[in-house]
Amino acid sequence: MATLTPVMDRPVAARLVRSPADRRRATVDRSMRGLALAAAIACVIPLGAVVLFVTLKGAAGLNLDLLTKAPRALGTGGGAASAILGSLQMIPLATVVAVPVGVLAAVYVNEFSGRRSATAIRFAADVLVGIPSILVGIFVFTFLVLPFKQFNAFAGSMALALLMVPVIMRTTEEILRLVPSTLREASLALGVPMWRTVLSVVLRTGLTGILTGVMLAVARAFGETAPLLFTALGSRLVNVGDFAKPMDALPIFIYVNARQPFPALNQQAWGAALLLLIVVLAINILVRARSWGRRAA
Amino acid sequence: MTLQIDAPPPPEAAPPEAVPPEAPESGASESGPALVTTYLRGPDVQLAPAARGERREVDAAVVVSGLNVYYGSFRAIRDIGLSIRRHAVTAIIGPSGCGKSTFLRTLNRMHELTPTARVEGSVLLDGIDIMAPDVDPVQLRRVVGMVFQRPNPFPTMSIHDNVAAGLRLTGRVAKAELDAVVERSLRRAALWDEVKDKLRANGTSLSGGQQQRLCIARALAVDPEVILMDEPASALDPVATLRIEQLMAELRASYTIVIVTHNMQQAARVSDETAFFTMGEDRAGYLVEQGPTSQIFTNPKHQLTEDYVSGRFG
Repeated sequence: MATLTPVMDRPVAARLVRSPADRRRATVDRSMRGLALAAAIACVIPLGAVVLFVTLKGAAGLNLDLLTKAPRALGTGGGAASAILGSLQMIPLATVVAVPVGVLAAVYVNEFSGRRSATAIRFAADVLVGIPSILVGIFVFTFLVLPFKQFNAFAGSMALALLMVPVIMRTTEEILRLVPSTLREASLALGVPMWRTVLSVVLRTGLTGILTGVMLAVARAFGETAPLLFTALGSRLVNVGDFAKPMDALPIFIYVNARQPFPALNQQAWGAALLLLIVVLAINILVRARSWGRRAA
Repeated sequence: MTLQIDAPPPPEAAPPEAVPPEAPESGASESGPALVTTYLRGPDVQLAPAARGERREVDAAVVVSGLNVYYGSFRAIRDIGLSIRRHAVTAIIGPSGCGKSTFLRTLNRMHELTPTARVEGSVLLDGIDIMAPDVDPVQLRRVVGMVFQRPNPFPTMSIHDNVAAGLRLTGRVAKAELDAVVERSLRRAALWDEVKDKLRANGTSLSGGQQQRLCIARALAVDPEVILMDEPASALDPVATLRIEQLMAELRASYTIVIVTHNMQQAARVSDETAFFTMGEDRAGYLVEQGPTSQIFTNPKHQLTEDYVSGRFG
């Protein structure tokens, strides 16, 4: 080591000397890296800010009363039980409707359809994902509320299902596309019929990924407000099981109570907001943790 | 079914078992043995005159004639006629892109998974044309099994369930019987001793060579007559390759095996019959010649074959 000294008159050594242009490039490189880092931080800040803000404001409101008591007369305490129970009824129904439709649609597109119809269906689903949720609300309002002259929880569930279907379909489809075709061939070469191959090999192999998509769709449905305003409407009454009547939901509860002139109700809105944030974050973290765990394994 | 094939007089290297006794369980002789003459030439192959008119009798499990395979308007395989000897290993060799795998996949109609693929000609399995519309490809594949280039055990299933998959997913077998089938299949695939204590472990936890033997066991479990192997050892190390080759030597007593291989030494080691394919100027693959392996490698009839097996081509 010690005997080796740089020999600057060698041609290669000369070429390794930094020119002003090289120095400029290094400067540009550093500053662009800095910019990219700043942009990345700017993406993370809103999440941190929202979590922090909602936690600070909502911590006082999130208590046993909020979780267990029904709303009471204006400004006099009570809780969000109507909204919690409402969300816990409408979202499972929406999920039960949306999962088979979304998964079967993905199976059709990925396993059975021709390339052209697959592209068309995929495009339609992508558009549906991007459609403003209030339009879905109006659409369902026209077909499931107007004819009955009654806002009802069933319409709310269907509006949520309509929003979940394309999300589930697209995530499922992405997952099914990752299932190696060699597995399908292995199964078919054993004389397993196509339907059974799809069910027991393709869907089974993609199951965890499909569940991830479903969970993310559920998390999204928990937070949807606009489509429920036209359909389930919201309610101050605890409604258990009567899907023909209006029903409350967490986001509607937040929306309504935040607009009241009573500090106690505003406080409840913040508490419900924190609850909603916890639910959505929990689902997301649960889903990511599962996939992180799989990758580590 | 007895078959006559144009061939030169068997050289001294011709294996004495070239005419195996009719397998009683094969069900081939219901309508009595039929004499079929197949021509071993593609359209632009000239057989040496000395080879003409000389025949040898072969008990053929599969007789292919006039087989053309198209992908859309592209002809991938042209006018192939060959026969596959029962309870023997038939190797298909030839340069890349000459349609070996395509040919193999038509033998259990796996080509139908490619939407544009189309087949002309006939493939007689024990006298029944498997290309006929009333033959169900699902049933066909229970008779003509397949092992693929890369081991592909089902990743969500245990070793036991992988072997049982063919029977369980077709819903035909009671659970107690299933365990017996799994053990028998794993024994036949020479894997039982290595996995008997961890049948519940995931199939993908095995080594590559073990996984490939697991896939062979999986194929054996549905009790096929014919096993197609598409370069089954090309993804394996030499030791694992040797085990697969030993296994094939054992399995040929009970099964008709067709193996596609790029490895000519492997073809020479494991096969009884060899068919040499190559590619024409229209890029369609065709059969140059078929014969006993020893003859193809030592005394081929066609110059193209000699060039290929001696390493001067491809």
